[in-house]
Amino acid sequence: MKELRLMKGNEAMAEAAIRAGFDGYFGYPITPQSEVMEHLQKERPAIRTGMVVLQAESEVASINMVYGGAASGKNVLTSSSSPGISLMQEGISYIAAAELPCLIINVVRGGPGLGDIQAAQSDYFQAVKGGGHGDYRLIVLAPSSVQECSDFVKLALELANKYNNPAMLLSDGAIGQMMEKVELFPQQPRWTLEEIRKKKPWATNGRLFNQERHIVTSLHLIPEKLEAHNNHLQAKYKEIEKNEVRYEEIKCDDAEYIIVAYGLASRTAQKTLQLARAEGIKLGLIRPITLFPFPKIPISTYAEKVKGFLTLEMSAGQMVEDVRLAVNGRVPVEFYGRTGGMLPAPDEVLAVVKNVFKI
Amino acid sequence: MAKVKGTIVVDTETCKGCEVCIPVCPTNVIAMSAKVNSKGYNYMNLVGEDCTGCTNCAVVCPDGVITVYRVKV
Amino acid sequence: MNIEMIKPENLVYTKTKLMTDNALSYCPGCGHGTAHRIIMEVIDEMGIQEDTIGIAPVGCSVLAYEFMNIDMQEASHGRAPALATAVKRLWPDKYVFSYQGDGDLAAIGTAETIHACNRGENIVMIFINNGIYGMTGGQMAPTTLPNMKTATSPYGRDVKEMGHPLKMTELIAQLPGTYYVTRQAVHKPANVRKTKKAIRKAFELSKENVGVCFIEIVSNCNSGWKMRPNEANIWMEDNMFPFFPLGDIKVDGQLITK
Repeated sequence: MKELRLMKGNEAMAEAAIRAGFDGYFGYPITPQSEVMEHLQKERPAIRTGMVVLQAESEVASINMVYGGAASGKNVLTSSSSPGISLMQEGISYIAAAELPCLIINVVRGGPGLGDIQAAQSDYFQAVKGGGHGDYRLIVLAPSSVQECSDFVKLALELANKYNNPAMLLSDGAIGQMMEKVELFPQQPRWTLEEIRKKKPWATNGRLFNQERHIVTSLHLIPEKLEAHNNHLQAKYKEIEKNEVRYEEIKCDDAEYIIVAYGLASRTAQKTLQLARAEGIKLGLIRPITLFPFPKIPISTYAEKVKGFLTLEMSAGQMVEDVRLAVNGRVPVEFYGRTGGMLPAPDEVLAVVKNVFKI
Repeated sequence: MAKVKGTIVVDTETCKGCEVCIPVCPTNVIAMSAKVNSKGYNYMNLVGEDCTGCTNCAVVCPDGVITVYRVKV
Repeated sequence: MNIEMIKPENLVYTKTKLMTDNALSYCPGCGHGTAHRIIMEVIDEMGIQEDTIGIAPVGCSVLAYEFMNIDMQEASHGRAPALATAVKRLWPDKYVFSYQGDGDLAAIGTAETIHACNRGENIVMIFINNGIYGMTGGQMAPTTLPNMKTATSPYGRDVKEMGHPLKMTELIAQLPGTYYVTRQAVHKPANVRKTKKAIRKAFELSKENVGVCFIEIVSNCNSGWKMRPNEANIWMEDNMFPFFPLGDIKVDGQLITK
C-alpha cells in the first residue's frame, strides 16, 4: 500500500533518514533547513528505530560527530546550509581521506557570507570540486523535488557504503521549504552488529577477541604512503565516475539547443522547454542528477548534434565550467544565472535562449 | 617483614636516557650507563645490589623499558 | 643482577601488552608516554580492550594510536570530545575516552570540551596539560603561565595582552554534566600511582553513566620548556602546580570545597 504524504523537502529528508535505517544524526540549527532536525526530534526515532539524534554545539562539532560515528561503523548523517557546510569543510576532508561512508545534506542558501535564506545553487564548486583541503570528492546528488529528497537520502546511503565515501545531497532553500506529494519508502532495518562487522570490518567499535585492532585516521606522515593513498582515492573516484552517473534527458533527441540545469533551476528549464516548443524552437534539457560524477558523456555526445548549450544556474556560473569541459569548444556553451536567492522565470530564460542563439 | 630482594631488566635499546627514574630509586641502585644504545642514548641500568623490586623506576618510566622481579628471601 | 630471580613467578611489573612495541615518538622524559602506559594498564587490568575505543587528538599525541593497542580514531584538532560523544551514543555499552593536550582541549576545542561536559557524555576525558604547544615547536598555549617564555611569547606571556592561563578543569567542574574531575601528575611514582587510580575510577564510573569523568594530568614539555626532564619536573612543581593545584576537584558529582 503506497504511503503518500504532503511534506516539505526538509521533512521528507528527515523521514527518509529514519526509514533508510540511519543509526545517527548530528546537526545544528540553520535556516532554511532546521526542519530536518525538528522532524527527527519530533518523530523520536530512538523509539521507532533506535536512531540517535543529537543537536551539537556547532556545525564543526556536528561533522566531527559524524566522523566519529562513521569511523565506528554506524550509518550517520548531518544536514546544514551553506555557511554551516563551510564550517564542516575540514571535517569533510578528514572523512573523505579516512574513506568513511556518511551523508551530508546541504540545503543551499544565497551567499556569499551570511547572504540570505532563499534558494541558491552557489555551493556547486564547494560540493563538487571539494571545499576542503586536499584532492577528494564527494558523491553529490541534486534532488529537484520533494520526492527526490526522500529517494536520494536512501540512494546516498547505499552509494556511500558501496564506495566507503561521504555522499552529499545538494538541495536548496526552496526545495527544502516547499511542500509536495511524496511517496515514502518502507522502513529499512538498521544494520545488525554482524552486518557491521561483515560490511565494515575496518570500523573501530571494540575489536573482537584476537581480531586485530583497527585505526581510523587520515594521517600519513610518510609521503610515499600518502601518495599511494591519494592514488587509491583517485582510482575510486574513477570507478564512481564509470558506474554511478545519473542524469535525465527531456526532448533532446531532436533538440537544436540544450539547456543544462539541475535541481530547482531544472524545473524552471522544463517550463522554458514548453514555451520554446510552442514557438517551434527545438529546445531540450539535460538535468544532471549526480553532480559528481558529472554526466560528461551525454553532454559530449550531444555536442556533436546541437548548435549550442545554455547552462542555467542560480549562481554566477559554476556548473557551466563542467559543461564547457564536456563540450570542449565544439559548440558555444552560454550561461544564464540569477544570484542572491532570486529565481529565474521560464519566459526570462526563453528570452535569453533566443537572444544568445539569435533565434 | 620477610626480607625482599628484587632485580630489574632494562630494554636498553628503547631507553631514551631521560633519567627520570634515577632520583626515584629508594636504594640508589640505578644509574646511567657510560655506554650508549644504537640511538646514542645513555641508558639506565642496575648498578647496586640492594634492589627491593619496589617498581618505582618502572612505574615512572615514560617508555616502559623496565621490567621488575621480586622474591621473598 | 641475579639471573635466577628472573622467573615469571617473580615478575611484579612489566610493560602492558596494550602498549604496542612501537618506539614512542615523545621526547625523552615526556609525561605523555607515562600517561599512555597507565591508561593502557587500566584497560588491560579491567580486561576491556575489546570494548574500548580511544580518540587521539592533534598535537604531540596525534600518534597515540601507534602506541595504544586498542581501537583508535584520529580526530581533527580540538574535536576529540565530539567524536567520543558520537561513538559513545552510538555504542552505549562501550568504553570511550578522549585524549588531548592543552591546545587541543582548551584552545581550538574549547566548545567541544565544554559542551561534551555540559551534556554529561558518559566518556572519560584525559587532558595532558604541559602549558605549551609541543608538536608545533613550543608556542604559547592557553595554559602557558604568566611571564613564561615560549616561541610565540619570547619575552614571557604578558597577561595584559594575552590573558591569564585558562583553568579549564575548574571551569568544567562547575557543569552538572561532570561527575568526577581531578588534576594529577605522572612525574613521580606516587603521582603515577595516584593518577592510575583516578583513571581506573573514571573507567569504572563510565559504566554507570554518571556523566563525564575528566582527568587533567599536569605534565612536562622538556623540548618546549628547554629543560632536561628532571629539571623540568622540578620547575613544574615550583611553577605549574601553584597555578594548577593537584587533587580531586569534583567527586561523586559534588565540588570539593577547599
